Amino acid sequence: MTAIRPLHLAAEIGGPPRYDAASHIALARLAERGALDFVSLGDSFARPGPDAVAVLAHVATRTSRIGLVPTVTTTHTEPFHVSSAVATLDWVSRGRAGWHADVSTTEAEARLFGRRRAAPAAALWQEAGEVADVAARLWDSWEDDAEIRDAATGRFIDRDRLHHVDFQGSTFSVKGPAIVPRPPQGRPVTVVDATTGPAREPAARYAEVVYVRASSPGQAAALRDEIRRSAAAHGRDPDGLRVLVALTVDLGDAETTPEPGLVSGPQLAGHGTYFRGGPVDLAELVTQWYRSGAVDGFHLTPLTPGRDLERIVNGTVALLQHRSLFRTFYPGGTLREHLGLARPANRYALQRTATEATTS
Amino acid sequence: MKQMHLAAHFPGVNSTTVWADPRSASQIDFASFEHLARIAERGKFDFFFLAEGLRLREHKGLIHDLDVVGRPESLTVLNALAAVTDRLGLAATVNATFNEPYELARRLATLDHLSAGRAAWNVVTSSDAFTGENFRRGGFLHRADRYTRAAEFVATARELWDSWTPEGVPRPFAHSGRHFGISGEFGVPRSPQGHPVVIQAGDSDEGREFAASAADVIFTRHGTLEAGQAFYADVKARLAKYGREPEDLKVMPGVTVVLGDTDAEAQENAAEIRRLQVSPQNAILALEQVWGRDLSSYDADGPLPTVDPDPDAVLAQGRVRVDDPLAVAARWRALSEAKGLSIRRTVIEATTRQSFVGSPDTVATALETFVATGAADGFILVPHLTPGGLDGFVDRVVPLLQERGTFRSDYTGPTLRSHLGLAEPVWKG
Repeated sequence: MTAIRPLHLAAEIGGPPRYDAASHIALARLAERGALDFVSLGDSFARPGPDAVAVLAHVATRTSRIGLVPTVTTTHTEPFHVSSAVATLDWVSRGRAGWHADVSTTEAEARLFGRRRAAPAAALWQEAGEVADVAARLWDSWEDDAEIRDAATGRFIDRDRLHHVDFQGSTFSVKGPAIVPRPPQGRPVTVVDATTGPAREPAARYAEVVYVRASSPGQAAALRDEIRRSAAAHGRDPDGLRVLVALTVDLGDAETTPEPGLVSGPQLAGHGTYFRGGPVDLAELVTQWYRSGAVDGFHLTPLTPGRDLERIVNGTVALLQHRSLFRTFYPGGTLREHLGLARPANRYALQRTATEATTS
Repeated sequence: MKQMHLAAHFPGVNSTTVWADPRSASQIDFASFEHLARIAERGKFDFFFLAEGLRLREHKGLIHDLDVVGRPESLTVLNALAAVTDRLGLAATVNATFNEPYELARRLATLDHLSAGRAAWNVVTSSDAFTGENFRRGGFLHRADRYTRAAEFVATARELWDSWTPEGVPRPFAHSGRHFGISGEFGVPRSPQGHPVVIQAGDSDEGREFAASAADVIFTRHGTLEAGQAFYADVKARLAKYGREPEDLKVMPGVTVVLGDTDAEAQENAAEIRRLQVSPQNAILALEQVWGRDLSSYDADGPLPTVDPDPDAVLAQGRVRVDDPLAVAARWRALSEAKGLSIRRTVIEATTRQSFVGSPDTVATALETFVATGAADGFILVPHLTPGGLDGFVDRVVPLLQERGTFRSDYTGPTLRSHLGLAEPVWKG
């Protein structure tokens, strides 16, 4: 048997648009009771719904441990604003922020902004990668100890520890530094859905959590290997990213248990994107895929959040915990700690100390 | 008796926040924002106000390092505060130059929903290519253009906010103007206030006209009583041509308050605060901004330079520059010579704006006088300490105002519009 890595579980709390935060708070608290790594909240300019960063900032103050991952599109927004908002979500949640970087592909979305036409997915994903890149640079543009409050010299900050990023992308440039000081996690966690081809490259280069879709453990393992190899080719440590199988789950059926001796276990439909069955069936599927070493975990989208998330937490997660496959409490406080991801070193601090070492 | 409005400004990137005080906590941690917001709500304030930064200031080509640097993004902080407050209005300063109407209107409407009707937008503009270097457009708009863009931005946002019927049915919008040509369907239903409250900051003629045509609150500089009355009369007189009543626009100067048990003690406290605000390094910096020269070799406790300013030099970026350096330098020299003041003491005297200084009773009476004599409808209080800078005001001045009936004893409505006595905008479907 393959060595078992910690299992990671996350859940989407979107569903039909709701504009007061009560349901989002209730769902996030429910997921937190299940010790899930994070909740995500989808967003798009293309359909009705509140701004996801705003909703999760609101939820942050009413939860204490669970990670918070809003979808943030990168096509029509300003990269500088995006990096500031996500960094601020990390500050208000005390280190629990991530962001799911996405693109806007349609002409209808382009017309809402009136600045440019819709572009092919490949170009949009290249730009999304650049936005992820510049966001990370802006989060690094303040070294962690930049604020010195040195009364003797009258200096609030050490300006040598703040850095212009001087980023030149294909569609934008950013001078920097950030306005928001480096967030508690150093960099909030970057999530990319690598289901579509053009998203694979930016996922392998910049994401720390990658969603894939697969209909068998073998297929999931192959996708995971591919992304890890690609990440390594970009000079990254493949162990610095987590591959989660994205699954829409419908637990509306009556509770069922898998029949004894059923080798294949619970089945997926719709190209491996859809699961229908009972909470125990879902636990069985998670267990099988996880034990085969195919995945780092699952990102579950409940078909009906109010109903299905309750069944996930009280049924599926409880069973996985009973089997000692999933944590029963949070040993850490930040999303990075839940995911087992190191706090990234600051690139400018590394550069500066390297320069200081060679010149001294 | 006419009641005043009160708002709390979270202090930060300026030259007045005394970060070296041992009571000064983080400018970034959410706990600091929560403290000030809770105090303001305990004081039944109308709203909590956040400024904006989009580029760090530079001086002589280097990042300015003497004052507080950095702040979190306003709307995200306010959405978090909406969950830990119940009644307090939540005002975000957001630039109309470096944003797009669809996205910002959606973010503001979201805050209004999440706060159940407590959102406000302080509209500011930029003509600053330096700030523009952080943004896609490249960011330079001529002064006149930035106001036409801001006016069209606000009008467009209001079209979006009106695009759903009050019954919650989305309807397509289409806006075609000089700055924006957009169409589609807005993502957020009409919010609890109809439109979030619109605040306009600035004293220029264009700014006053823009406020008279489009704003609910004008955030101005605090001057003398006479200057306040003149400003107040001017902006209120501009409303009629837009079919608006004088009470449709609230005039709220940004002010500082220094308290003491007695007036004399308050004056001592105020002098000490000014001394801390103008450190020797800050005094030289202020001088360099006027003179346009490197004056780092000068002693802050010594006399002013005899060399004249270089009126064409621009040492400071990311800030409003000194308008007429030669005239300012002449004034400062005259002041220094008349009173025998050092550089530091000259800067302290020349740059001290009038504040409300005195015992709680004195301050309460002075605030009331401004409101009763037509110099202000209320005040945006700018403390010099984070986050406890308004504790004393709320504990000692607010109760006096409440006893005298010049400030509310409790909120009478749930929304910021209700606190400000502003009608909900008529739906223009």
